[in-house]
Amino acid sequence: MERIPILRMGDFLLVTIQVDMHDRLAMTLQDDLTTRISKTGATGVLIDISALEIVDSFIGRMISNISAMSRVLDAQTVIVGMQPAVAITLVELGLTLPGVKTALDVEKGMQMLRVIGGGSVVPPESDGDDDRQEY
Amino acid sequence: MIGGEAGKMALYQAVLDNEKALLDEWVKEQIGAFSRQGAIRETELRQQCETFLRLFVQAIRDGNTTDLRTPEWEAVLRFLSDVSSSRGEQGFSPSETATFVFSFKRPLFTALGKAHQDDGKALADAVWEATAILDRLGLHTMDVYLKTRETIIARQQEDMLELSTPVVSLAEGILALPVIGTLDSARTQVVMESLLQRIVETGSTQAIIDITGVPTVDTLVAQHLLKTVTAARLMGADCLISGIRPQIAQTIVHLGVELGNVTTKATLASAFAVALDRQGMKIVRSKPQA
Amino acid sequence: MATMIVRSTETLPIRAEADVVMVRQKARAVATEAGLGLVDVTKLVTATSELARNALIYGGGGTALIESLQDGIRKGVRLTFEDQGPGIPDIEKAMTDGYTSGSGMGLGLSGAKRLSNDFSIHSVVGQGTRVMIARWK
Repeated sequence: MERIPILRMGDFLLVTIQVDMHDRLAMTLQDDLTTRISKTGATGVLIDISALEIVDSFIGRMISNISAMSRVLDAQTVIVGMQPAVAITLVELGLTLPGVKTALDVEKGMQMLRVIGGGSVVPPESDGDDDRQEY
Repeated sequence: MIGGEAGKMALYQAVLDNEKALLDEWVKEQIGAFSRQGAIRETELRQQCETFLRLFVQAIRDGNTTDLRTPEWEAVLRFLSDVSSSRGEQGFSPSETATFVFSFKRPLFTALGKAHQDDGKALADAVWEATAILDRLGLHTMDVYLKTRETIIARQQEDMLELSTPVVSLAEGILALPVIGTLDSARTQVVMESLLQRIVETGSTQAIIDITGVPTVDTLVAQHLLKTVTAARLMGADCLISGIRPQIAQTIVHLGVELGNVTTKATLASAFAVALDRQGMKIVRSKPQA
Repeated sequence: MATMIVRSTETLPIRAEADVVMVRQKARAVATEAGLGLVDVTKLVTATSELARNALIYGGGGTALIESLQDGIRKGVRLTFEDQGPGIPDIEKAMTDGYTSGSGMGLGLSGAKRLSNDFSIHSVVGQGTRVMIARWK
């Protein structure tokens, strides 16, 4: 079955959505992601939607859900790379995704997760930037 | 019936017999009509008139003079469209453009008069026929002219909208958009788009919309501003609104517009200070004040 | 309007989720070809997605008619969604933000209307629903 891959980077999970998703694929991603968070104990999730050409109410709801569910599982979700046209359309549609964290790109999203969650994507000895570095 | 086949044939014969004289008279007529000197070159004008005459004669000979939508008139109409739209593009006035067809009347009527010196009925028929055709051709010229101008106006409006919304970079990661003039829906959409586009291009996380130059803020404008701020947030950037004058603050409250958790500042300078702080930067004095 | 010309027309089926994706992509292609800007295209495609999903979920499937229009110097795209489903008993209620009879966020119809320049809906209980939207350059 068709699936969107979830990559693990240290304490974080990274999902890059690159296809025009049909609804079932989006639901599968929601299931897969929550399963992976609880299995890996990840503290942060990055969802890169820079390649998405539209976000309709269904995908918007999925984003809100994943964000809320991950919070329950003690992980923070950051949506990165939303295109201007998509953002304008979402606002016009009436979806403002309150409570969902956003960042301009993966790097800034990662930085955000490090600040809030204190997780790490680098081995403890190579970088002293993070305050919590148990591995 | 006035006109009809007899009028048509008389018209055709008169144009054919006097082609050279008609052309000279017509060109002279138009040169005189142009108020601006050198608005059009005589050689170019003469060429246009020649082409028109040739197509016009053909159309009268082959075509139906009561209905110009028939295929025989297509070439004439197309040629007039070209002349008209090129004059529209070059900024000719409506009367200067319409003159092309209407100034043909006098030379043509003179020629008809000469051809039917002794026959009042034939002259009346021919003149009526000619008037009917030339009036319709003149109206066609105006239709095309107006359409051309409309297209130009639409294009200029778009250009102006883009020109009026410069997004400037103040520091690393900080953009500012000074809005000057009235914000309407169309303009706000362009403002919104260019700001959000620049946020992506520059990777800026702080954007300041300065409305010092906006005379009034009504509910609609306030909503547009809010939408921009929300869209920026969805992309991962913070938006601040600065330059809120006391009257505008009053209006916003009176209108009951909820600005929510949007950061608003009185001046661009104070908004810039907030943005710098959020970026972990600050401005320090390098020399004591003089 | 007398001067409006339909430049091209195409009917697509909406019977499965993959068809919704298909209709979205076709709408994007036609809107881009008509010269609509990126934001306008995105708004139209998003509205299309909402309405195609509605036709599938609530209407039990249907069709999408995509037309490329020219009205004077304006160019635009019109989409008509039709289903033979149960119909909407109270259109006014269905048009309110947040109202939903299914699993969505209740923004389908009202959102699609906000994202379009023209919007019209016709529904007969027991016979089906037809929604038409258009967006102009």
